[in-house]
Amino acid sequence: MTFLIQQTLIYTIPLMIVALAGVFAERSGIINIALDGIMIFGSFVGALSVYIMQSGDMLGGNTQLMYVIAMIVAAAAGALFSLLLSFSAINLKADQTIGGTALNMLAPALTLLIVKIVSMQDRLSMPKALGFIISNPDIKPVFKPFFDKMFISTYIVIALFIILSIFLYTTKYGLRLRACGEHPQAADSVGINVYKMRYLGTTISGALAGLGGYIYIATIASGTAEGTVAGMGFLALAIMIFGNWKPLGIALGSLLFGLLKCIGATYASLDINGDGICALKELGLPIYFYNIIPYVVVLLVLAFASNKSRAPKAEGIPYDKGQR
Amino acid sequence: MKNKFKSLLDSAGMKSVISSLLCIVAGILVGWIVLLILALTSDKIPISDAFRGLGIILAGPFASGGLRNIAFVLGDMFFESAPLLLTGLSVAIAFKTGLFNIGAPGQYLMGAMGSVIVALSIPTTPKNAFWVWLLALVVGMLCGMIWGLIPGIFKAFLNVNEVIVCIMSNWIAANIVSWVFANNKQFINTAGGKTAYTLPTTANGVSTPKLGLDKLFPGSNIDIGIFIAVLIAVGIFILMNKTTLGYELKACGHNKNAAKYAGMNEKRNIMLSMAIAGGLAAIGASLYYLNGGAELAWNTYGKLPDNGFNGIPVALLASNNPIGVIFSSIFLRFIDKGGYNLAGFTAYNEYVSDLIIAVIIYFAGFSKLIKDMISRRKVKQAEVVAPDDGEKETKKEEEDK
Repeated sequence: MTFLIQQTLIYTIPLMIVALAGVFAERSGIINIALDGIMIFGSFVGALSVYIMQSGDMLGGNTQLMYVIAMIVAAAAGALFSLLLSFSAINLKADQTIGGTALNMLAPALTLLIVKIVSMQDRLSMPKALGFIISNPDIKPVFKPFFDKMFISTYIVIALFIILSIFLYTTKYGLRLRACGEHPQAADSVGINVYKMRYLGTTISGALAGLGGYIYIATIASGTAEGTVAGMGFLALAIMIFGNWKPLGIALGSLLFGLLKCIGATYASLDINGDGICALKELGLPIYFYNIIPYVVVLLVLAFASNKSRAPKAEGIPYDKGQR
Repeated sequence: MKNKFKSLLDSAGMKSVISSLLCIVAGILVGWIVLLILALTSDKIPISDAFRGLGIILAGPFASGGLRNIAFVLGDMFFESAPLLLTGLSVAIAFKTGLFNIGAPGQYLMGAMGSVIVALSIPTTPKNAFWVWLLALVVGMLCGMIWGLIPGIFKAFLNVNEVIVCIMSNWIAANIVSWVFANNKQFINTAGGKTAYTLPTTANGVSTPKLGLDKLFPGSNIDIGIFIAVLIAVGIFILMNKTTLGYELKACGHNKNAAKYAGMNEKRNIMLSMAIAGGLAAIGASLYYLNGGAELAWNTYGKLPDNGFNGIPVALLASNNPIGVIFSSIFLRFIDKGGYNLAGFTAYNEYVSDLIIAVIIYFAGFSKLIKDMISRRKVKQAEVVAPDDGEKETKKEEEDK
C-alpha cells in the first residue's frame, strides 16, 4: 500500500502541475497546446543546470539544494520559452494552435541540437539524480507513504497548486484573469488590460510547465533528458479538459490517472495487502492491458460527464480592441 | 498582360503562396542565425561550417555528393514524402471541418498494423501478389477510418473535445499494436537475433509496384506510393472544393450551428470528416510499410510515430490546402535530407533541420498578418499609382522589394 501511494504520487505530481499550467493559459484566453514543448525545454535547462552544478562540485554536493535550484531554473526557462507563444498569440494575433505546435517542435529540436554538440549524444544525464530522494526509513509506518522515499518537489508542487488555485479564485487578479478568458471585451470596458492579463496567464503557465517538465525528468525518467517527455504535456492537456478547467477537477483527474498509470507500471510487483502474493501478476494479462486502462477509463468518465464540460468562452480567439 | 499578372497576385491563393514562401525564407534565416551563434559560442564548430552549412541545408538531397548518392537520397526523399503527405492531408481535412486531428499517429499505427498483417498472412503467388497488396492497402485504410471515427463519435454525440479523445486514442492504439504483435510472433523478423521489427512485406512477396523508378533512383526505396499520394491529394482537393459533401464539411468548420440551421447533418459531417482523416493517415502508413524496404518497430507502446505528428506542420504550412500539402510535405523532407547531409559534412547535427522547420511553422502562424500586409500594400499602391503611368508603378514595386 505504501509503495502504491508513493508511486502514484510520482506520476500524479508532474501531471497535476502541468495541467494547472494549462488552466492558467486557457482561463486567460490562450490555448496552450505547447505544454509538451515547454516541458521539454524546462526539463532540459533544469537538467543542464544540475549537470553543471554536479560536474563543478558546487554547493558542497547538497543534492536537495541543487534540486530546488534546478526547479527554479526550469520554471524560469519555461516562462521565458512561453513568451514566444504569448508574443505571437497576443501581440501578433496569430493562430494559437499553430504557435503552440511550432513550440512543440522547436523545443526538442533546439535541445537535441545543443545536447548533441555538448555531450556528443542524444541525451543529457544528471549523474546523481538518485540523491534527490529523501529517505526516512525510521519513521512510523502511518507516515511512511507521505514522508519516506519522497521528493521535495512533491511538497513544493502541492503547496504551489493550493496557493495558485486560491490565487485564481479569490484574488482580484485571478478574477481579472478569468474574465479575460470569458469575455475580454467586457473586461476591457471596466479598465482591465487584457493583453497584460493574458501575458500573466501564459507566463505562469510556462513557468509551471517548465517546472513540471523538470520534475518529470528528475523523478519518472530517473534523471535523463532526451528531448522528450513521453507525451506528458499532451496528457496534462487531456487531464485539464477532463478536470473541466478547474483545479479541483484536475487534482482528482491526475490522481486517478496517476494511480492507474502506476498500477500499469508496477503491476508485476504490486502486493496490495502485503500477503506476498502479487494478485495482478497472477491474472497473467500483458503489460499492454494495464497500459491501456488509464486512457480507456478517462474516455469513459468523459463520455458520462461530457454534458458538464465547458471551456473558457474566449479561448483561442485573439483579442482585438476594435472588435465588438 | 500586366493586369492579368496583378489579378493573379491579388488572388487569395497567391497570397497564401507568397506568405508561405516568406515564412520559409524567415525560418531559414533564423535557423542560420542559430547556426552562427552556435559556431561562435562552441569551440567544437569552426565558423566556416556555419556558412557551408547553410548551403548544404538549402541544397537538400543535392548536397549528398556524387550522382549516385544524390539519386539514392532523392529517391528516398520522395518515398518518405508519401506518408507525410497523407498525414498532412489527414490533419488538413479535419482542420477544414473545424477539428484538430492530433490523433494521426494512432490512426497511422492502426493502418500500419492492418496492412502488415494482411500482407504477411495471405499466401501469395506472383499472380495474386498485386491483389494482396491492394487488399492490404484497403484494410489498412479501414483500420485507420475506424480509429478516426472514435473521436468523431465522441465529438458528435457526446460533445467531448476531440483533442483529448485523439490523444487518448493514440496511446491506446500504440498499446494495441504492440499487444497484437507480441501475441503473433510469426510476423516478427527474427533474423540476426533482432526482434524489434516486423518482417518486411517482401517476405511474402508483397510490395508496392516500383514501375522502374528504382532504376531511375538506384539504391533507394522509391515506389509509386508518392504518385498514389499525390493523386489522393488531388482527389481530396476536388472533394473539398467541387462537391456538396466538401461544401458541407467546410460549412461545418466555419460555423457548426449555422450549418445545422441550414439543414446539414453536422453530426454526420463531423464523424465523416474524422473517418476520412483517419483513413488518410492510415494509407500513409500502409504505403510506407508495404514498400518492403521499411520495417515496423512493433513494440511501440512508449513512443508514437513522428510521421503522424509531422502531419500537423505539413498541413499548417500549406494553409490546409490539399494541393499545398503536396509541396509542403516534399519541402519538409527536402530540408530533412539537408539536415542529414549537414550532420555528415559539418560539426552540426541533423536536428538543425527540425529547428528550421519549427521556426517556419512559428512564422506560418503570422500568415494572416502577412496576407493582410500584402493586401494593404496593394491598396496603398493602387492609391498612389492610380493617376500616374505604368513606369512609376514598376519602380514603386522594385523599391518595396
